Amino acid sequence: MTEEIKLRNYHAQVWDEPLLMELSVKGQRGILVPEAEKEVKAAVGDAEDLIPANMRRAQPPDLPEVAQPQVLRHYTRLSQMTMGNDVSNDIGVGTCTMKYSPKVNEQLCATSQMADLHPYQDESTVQGILEIMHKTRDFLREISGMDEISFQPTSGGQAVYTASSIVRAYHEANGEGLKRDQVITTMFSHPVDASCPATAGYEVVTIMPDKDGYPDMEALKAALSERTAALFITNPEDIGLYNPRIDEFVERVHAVGGLCFTDQANANGVLGKARAGDAGFDMCHFNLHKTFSSPHGCMGPGCGALAVKKHLAKFLPVPAVTRDGKNYGLDYDLPHSTGKVRDFYGTAQVVLRVYAWIMSLGAKGLNEVAEIAVLNNNYLEKLLLAIPGISESYGEGRVRLDQIRYSWEKLTADTGVTTEDVERRMTDFGVQAYWTSHHPYAIPQPLTPEPSESNAKEDIDYWAAVMGQISKEAYAEPEKVKSAPHRGITTAVDESAALLHEKCMFTYKKYKRVKEGKE
Amino acid sequence: MRMKRPIVYPYIPNSVPETRSEMLDTTGVKDVEELYAEIPKKLRFKRSLKLPKPLLSEYELKTHVHGILSKNKSCEEVLNFLGAGCYQHHVPSVVDTILSRGEFLTAYYGTNYSDMGRFQVMFEYVSMLTDLVGMEVAGFPMYDGSSSAGTALRMCARITGRSEVLLPETVSPLRMKVIENYCRNSEVKRITRVSCHPDTGLIDLNDVKGRLTPNTAGVYIENPSYLGMIETQGNEIAGLTHENGSLFAVGVNPMSLGVLAPPGDYGADIVSGDTQPLGVHMNYGGGTCGFVAVRDVEEHIAELPPLMTSIADLEEGDGFGFNVFAWAERLSYAARENAKEYTGTATALWSTANAVYMALMGPQGMKEIGETILQKSHYAKKLISEIPGLKTPFPSAHFNEFVVSFDETGKTVSQINAALLKRRIFGGKDLSEEFPHLGQSALYCVSEIHTVKDLKKLAKSLKEVIP
Repeated sequence: MTEEIKLRNYHAQVWDEPLLMELSVKGQRGILVPEAEKEVKAAVGDAEDLIPANMRRAQPPDLPEVAQPQVLRHYTRLSQMTMGNDVSNDIGVGTCTMKYSPKVNEQLCATSQMADLHPYQDESTVQGILEIMHKTRDFLREISGMDEISFQPTSGGQAVYTASSIVRAYHEANGEGLKRDQVITTMFSHPVDASCPATAGYEVVTIMPDKDGYPDMEALKAALSERTAALFITNPEDIGLYNPRIDEFVERVHAVGGLCFTDQANANGVLGKARAGDAGFDMCHFNLHKTFSSPHGCMGPGCGALAVKKHLAKFLPVPAVTRDGKNYGLDYDLPHSTGKVRDFYGTAQVVLRVYAWIMSLGAKGLNEVAEIAVLNNNYLEKLLLAIPGISESYGEGRVRLDQIRYSWEKLTADTGVTTEDVERRMTDFGVQAYWTSHHPYAIPQPLTPEPSESNAKEDIDYWAAVMGQISKEAYAEPEKVKSAPHRGITTAVDESAALLHEKCMFTYKKYKRVKEGKE
Repeated sequence: MRMKRPIVYPYIPNSVPETRSEMLDTTGVKDVEELYAEIPKKLRFKRSLKLPKPLLSEYELKTHVHGILSKNKSCEEVLNFLGAGCYQHHVPSVVDTILSRGEFLTAYYGTNYSDMGRFQVMFEYVSMLTDLVGMEVAGFPMYDGSSSAGTALRMCARITGRSEVLLPETVSPLRMKVIENYCRNSEVKRITRVSCHPDTGLIDLNDVKGRLTPNTAGVYIENPSYLGMIETQGNEIAGLTHENGSLFAVGVNPMSLGVLAPPGDYGADIVSGDTQPLGVHMNYGGGTCGFVAVRDVEEHIAELPPLMTSIADLEEGDGFGFNVFAWAERLSYAARENAKEYTGTATALWSTANAVYMALMGPQGMKEIGETILQKSHYAKKLISEIPGLKTPFPSAHFNEFVVSFDETGKTVSQINAALLKRRIFGGKDLSEEFPHLGQSALYCVSEIHTVKDLKKLAKSLKEVIP
């Protein structure tokens, strides 16, 4: 099948765009700002005199001076050197649930009634956005099987951190705060499921996979004790296997008095099919910028909606969005709350997009999202496993849901071409670089595609054909893959510098000093 | 009559029944249900989700959502004097134009080879921001001003190996909630508040001196403070702090730094803050964009939790590219629970807004906007202080915000603000619960967007509502 696909003779837009600082021309202006009126100036005098002498800026900031059309062009060109979902096939970016972010939702977000709201406006003037937050809360309660939702966390990581704070608040309220100092997670759970509890002060115990790739039940039993505060687990885990004994994990953790949190950053395959609440979990979170279509924005802002069962609701961050029959409001009077995890109420504009997305699909549509995401993934699996050099990790004979971690181990052994080589080469065909895996690579030479429901069959066929072509090249002319990219926006950089602290250059000033031999 | 066919969803190309069948055939299953075989029956959700009837057409959806949003009154319609950590400024049209580019809006992380453009933007953002705040190194943007302050404090503790921090009592209670939660069970074991002079609102140096201990990891101040005052004793506080072997952290409003001395000039080791004022719409508080910047000191950089981008030479020829996971062993992506803090998606799109904003403004723009804000906010303060019954209790210099006391009017801020709202004005942030010792006070914020007419309207309306 993949042989029939015509690969694009793609060529990236190579602008050789200089750094902005190199475009600077003394005296140019990008924008002018309002001046204080004469009357104002007459009344208060020079601005300089309004600042205590020792607090006046001595040297103006060394910002570039660039006129408006040149600024616009510079950043437009840099955007053209970026492969967003709007322009490229990003099936490879697994665990991230890259999907279409509807344009109509962007228009809604851009309205003044969303973009230009101040968080401390009188509640009577923000009934619309509060209604959206409250209704979306109801949608997510239904989808998660949980009782209460907080939209305050900006991201999945911050949601997992908030969950960690709630674990702490819960055990402290029970007088067990000091005793319960361990959180259990698994090797194939997202790294934040380990780092967030650690950031909240917990010792983290990591359960390794058993021979079939599932978290080892015996290791869990051994890890459980009166020190167990909680289990933080992703399911399906990053490698794509759904843990069929997940409820037993939950029961065992509950039996020793621990709480259970599941990381549903990516819940695409299970929407309307299985709910964390029904599996006994006390908490879960959804990345609204993944499953629920809000755009990723090059890494945020997103929203990590945190869902909890009734017994944990009182620990959620303040304020809660409330409804008293008629009016919506914000309630700060939650004496058991863990406090706050960020300023204000979270990324309200992301919640607005999610409201619109769910309203555009309804229950049937969400079911369709899940089914097509799972079908796309299993269809892609058939195509990929026919390609020489690629294999699946673990789970022989198991059906995966919406993503799979594969391995190029055989390709590397046969040809010397690594997963990073393939990753560079694929951009030559106009597709976004894939996601390999978090480090350390528990699975050698990994790749983790996730063909969400936004991809057409043709997109999936094309993506598999690119993998097929690169495999063919690796066996026939490995140098071509190793020296890639050839038609990309740039050529290979000196990657050794990334790990050597003294070679890192984080700013233009440093870069310039190094170039001029001053450092 | 239309054929009864399954709905084809525009966002789901393979919802076309024929495509679905063809793919099922290739996959070797008869029904999608077979693909859910791994979820035990008892864990399956058996009914359908209870959700409202969908609005399938784009037109119906848009009309419906507009209907709800129309219940909001935006700061474009109502004259706004609220600040308190979220600031209304003009967002240049070029910023909105660049942010709506699908490439930036819909990319995730990528590599130097797929997405060099966004890494160049990040590098430029870091270069300009560090210059503005007088520091040398920063990473990807973080969440918001408060959680960034939390990180700055935890960094102080990790760098010094000490566990106490000092913060002035003017830090907002809501920010304290974020900081306290973030510091619980962490390297920071004790948070002590430093008092401020009741008449000026500036930090009491003697109290700083008295509270520094051999275990003080860091001293954090804000400039301007939450209550608006420009703290003039930065150098002295830095001196005391450094003599004690502690670190000096400063939270800033970057919008002020075209005219105010950057914290790097008065001895800061760590600068944190929120870049929302620099080209990001308020979004009901969803526009926050935190940052933490440090000097080029290896031990300090090593404690930064965000992702970092380093410019790098090409293997062949001139030109540059980017190492997009620089100094990665700090990060939880690789180090899991051994990371400095957790790292993940934060607010990168806003750093693009910030980069474009700073590029457009340049040194002159930042200076001029700072001057305009200073003059207009001082003018507003003057007009208000001339109204009988109203007081502006702090004589200290301020940037964009200042406190107004309504105590003498016998009315609460809440009553005043309700009356102002009827005149289409959002009055200042009510401080009566946050700072009860200030009585019935409000924090007013003025920026370049206010005209002399707006400020006079405010003064006139205040006069009308206080008797």
